[in-house]
Amino acid sequence: MKRLMLFIPLVVFFGMGVLFWVGLGQEDKSVLPSPLIGKPFPQFILNTVESGESLNHLPQEAVLVNVWATWCPTCKAEHEFLNALAQQGVKIVGINYKDDDFKARQWLKAYGNPYLFNIADPDGQLGLELGVYGAPETFLVDSQGIIRGKHVGDLNARVWEKLQPQFEALK
Amino acid sequence: MKHIIWVLALVCLPALAVVEGHKYQFDNQRDQERFTHLAEELRCPKCQNQNLADSNAPVASDMRAKMYDLMVDGKSDQEIVDYMVDRYGDFVHYIPPMRSQTFLLWFGPLIVFVLGLLVLMWLKRSQKPVVQPLSAAEKAKLDELKKKAGS
Amino acid sequence: MTEWYGMVPEFGQLALIFALLVSVLQVVIPLLGVRNSQDWLMAYARPLASAQAVFLLISLAILTYCFVVDDFSVAYVAKNSNTALPTPFKVSAVWGAHEGSLLLWVTLLGCWGLAVSLFSRSLPLDMVARVLSIMGMVSVGFILFTLETSNPFERSLPSVPSEGADLNPLLQDFGLIVHPPTLYMGYVGLSVAFPFALAALMGGRLDAAWARWSRPWTTAAWIFLTVGIALGSWWAYYELGWGGWWFWDPVENASLMPWLVATALLHSLAVTEKRGLFKSWTVLLAIFAFSLSLLGTFLVRSGVLTSVHAFASDPERGIFILALLGICVGGSLLLYALKAPTVASVGRYEWISRESFMLLNNLLLVVAAFAILLGTLYPLIIDFFGMGKISVGASWFNTMFVPLSVLLALIIGPGALSRWKADELKRIGGQTVAAAIISLLLAFAVPLLHGGDMNWQVFLGIAVALWLITVTLTDVWKKCRGQLSRIPSLGLSFQGMVLAHIGVAITIIGVAMVANYSEEKAARMAPGDIETLGAYQFEFVQAGHIEGPNFVSDAAPFRVTKDGKEISLLTPEKRRYNARGQIMTEAAIDVSLFRDVYISMGEPLDNGAWGMRLQVKPFMRWVWLGAIFMSLGGALAMADKRYRRRKTLQEANA
Repeated sequence: MKRLMLFIPLVVFFGMGVLFWVGLGQEDKSVLPSPLIGKPFPQFILNTVESGESLNHLPQEAVLVNVWATWCPTCKAEHEFLNALAQQGVKIVGINYKDDDFKARQWLKAYGNPYLFNIADPDGQLGLELGVYGAPETFLVDSQGIIRGKHVGDLNARVWEKLQPQFEALK
Repeated sequence: MKHIIWVLALVCLPALAVVEGHKYQFDNQRDQERFTHLAEELRCPKCQNQNLADSNAPVASDMRAKMYDLMVDGKSDQEIVDYMVDRYGDFVHYIPPMRSQTFLLWFGPLIVFVLGLLVLMWLKRSQKPVVQPLSAAEKAKLDELKKKAGS
Repeated sequence: MTEWYGMVPEFGQLALIFALLVSVLQVVIPLLGVRNSQDWLMAYARPLASAQAVFLLISLAILTYCFVVDDFSVAYVAKNSNTALPTPFKVSAVWGAHEGSLLLWVTLLGCWGLAVSLFSRSLPLDMVARVLSIMGMVSVGFILFTLETSNPFERSLPSVPSEGADLNPLLQDFGLIVHPPTLYMGYVGLSVAFPFALAALMGGRLDAAWARWSRPWTTAAWIFLTVGIALGSWWAYYELGWGGWWFWDPVENASLMPWLVATALLHSLAVTEKRGLFKSWTVLLAIFAFSLSLLGTFLVRSGVLTSVHAFASDPERGIFILALLGICVGGSLLLYALKAPTVASVGRYEWISRESFMLLNNLLLVVAAFAILLGTLYPLIIDFFGMGKISVGASWFNTMFVPLSVLLALIIGPGALSRWKADELKRIGGQTVAAAIISLLLAFAVPLLHGGDMNWQVFLGIAVALWLITVTLTDVWKKCRGQLSRIPSLGLSFQGMVLAHIGVAITIIGVAMVANYSEEKAARMAPGDIETLGAYQFEFVQAGHIEGPNFVSDAAPFRVTKDGKEISLLTPEKRRYNARGQIMTEAAIDVSLFRDVYISMGEPLDNGAWGMRLQVKPFMRWVWLGAIFMSLGGALAMADKRYRRRKTLQEANA
């Protein structure tokens, strides 16, 4: 018995080794899983960027909700892809996060507008409700308004490969 | 149990100042300290291991502002933490949740201590005396030798 | 000009390669000698270890030279230096980032090997050979790691930048000059006890001479760790600008864990030397201590954990260190599991005895180290099992660490005055009753006097600290039989112990007071404004502007007064460093034994006003003063002549 106990440190160390091995292989450490999956999209009463009119609900269909801003360089990088998606018929709603309406409109005019419409979130209140911590972030919302998925970081072909089936299922 | 942890946690922490602290003033000392302690309990979701009290990140600023509003609204410490955790996940709370998955975290040290004590006690019990008592044959031989030496 | 120092960095790399070759020889030749019992082969161990150290020192010196002359053709220099950087910081920038700090680590390892080869005359040759050989193995691993994945001498030719990216402003400080080298001396110093333990296991024997020999080396490493950790805490306190001095950050934890285990090791070594007991525990603790040292290196450089202090992460480096870790730690733990019975102790002690106190002491220290390890790694474990992401922060660590520290503080005093082999609770109780009463009474008084009402945390902290001090002093009193002049005759080892234990109490008092009675206030202040905090008044005198060698800053001179009397003029700054545009907060602190007054600038507001953070921190210095006492105690113990006498083989084995 005593002899067996002598092996305990080695076994524990081996366990730690496995843990580290896997830990090293992990991709981006900074991505947090969202606790909002399966919960309804938060309630809001905000204006649209395009017309300034008040809005308090998302369209009654499956949409991507994309959080972006003009000051965010990665958002610019993903914009091309969003345009392509919109042309394929993917419905995207934008949240213009902690930004300026005028700047946002100029930006969309210059780089294209893939969005059905944009919700203006100048002080980040809606972003806080959504657990946004760094633009760009994209949510998958179904026709009932329930959040079914979240992606942190830019949307590109590789990411869409994994997300698309999930999104199609929501329609 | 949660209550005990809260008490221990609040009581063990030093009261540090908060970034942008001048914006968040309360009219009584107790609330001021509550605010600071909460800001230390909550983690900035974007930074490299910083709490809301020390972080300059924009999202941390937003979260502090929200904390202030919630406190002014009369929400309790637990409600404020739950608010943040509901939106950002357990990651933003520096006190790990008490769940079956974290049972080993909370009780591990105690378990190891008790096990260690038991092991040490067990090892001590199985100690052999350095001097073994003489067997009957050895005793007889010793008596013989004694007799011889005496004569 | 560039042609002249064009070659120099290459020599640095060459020296490193030579060091690697020598270490390989250092591993192989002495071991061959041991195997074939050939003295002349074993005798090579010492000169090889010395040669390795020399090559490494040359390498480090050359890297330093590159920094001092601004040789930006070396990529590492370009990333971490700048022509406007003051020269002392250019030197400390050598270890300001991963590659250079690793070279420092490896060089210090070589220096410890050199020290062993110089000061081991009284040891049997086969032991020296084994020890230096194993140290050589560690060197080989780390020098290889440096050359393969973290070469500081990599050139960026032919495109040489005309200016460097500057050292991170947070590091442009005295702290960087002293903290890493001291801390590394400690980490690496534990690599001396480690091969001793392995040599004992391999040889199947462990005697009092082994313990007597290991003790001063382990004590030296422990002293460096103690000072290194204290320096780190002190540096974070004044540099980061928010008044915190310990954050339970993974990198800090990585230094505290080996310290706790090294403390246990020191105590276990004492028992092994004096009573021939705990041999197998001592060996295990030596392996643990060095393993935690290596683990710390892994955690800090692999990117597995997020921390403000971590070096830039790189999974490739992580894998290499993990492999090193696996071989060193896995190998030694396997050796332990297989051969520990050969070094088992024979002897007994009663339930109440000094040995039992020591065991309890070591158990508490090891559990504390385990708790810290658990808390640091748990988020990783949860993530591994796909159960999401959690955070384990300061309050969890405090919840675990504080009770353990209290228990430790309770037993240190009685343990030190207990007798070997057999003792009685009655006797110990009788000696300490007076101490208990005094401690409790004073502990009651302190919070009432200081704060006005009862604070149980403060009571507990002060009570155990005073208990520790009074019992320790009782022990001294009894031993010198009431005549203070007899203290020197009690031996340096005993005096060292007393000093170190008192140091623990001092730190506990500091922590208890600063954690509970710190006052702080955040306020919007413009020049001319006055704020009050506790008994102090802070007057923002005027807006200032400072031009530094490589920065410009906004300064906020403050006049601090207490009860109308001026205490000091403090000038915190908000600096903007030219090279990277990074903003840094420089706090201004008025230091005294019983409190620190701490002012830092927050954010600039309208009309020249600033968001100021004002703090008063009682007994802050005691936290580090305790560490100084502990280190002095260790130094005294090391100086005890017992360890410096040359022993003949017969004396040693008697």
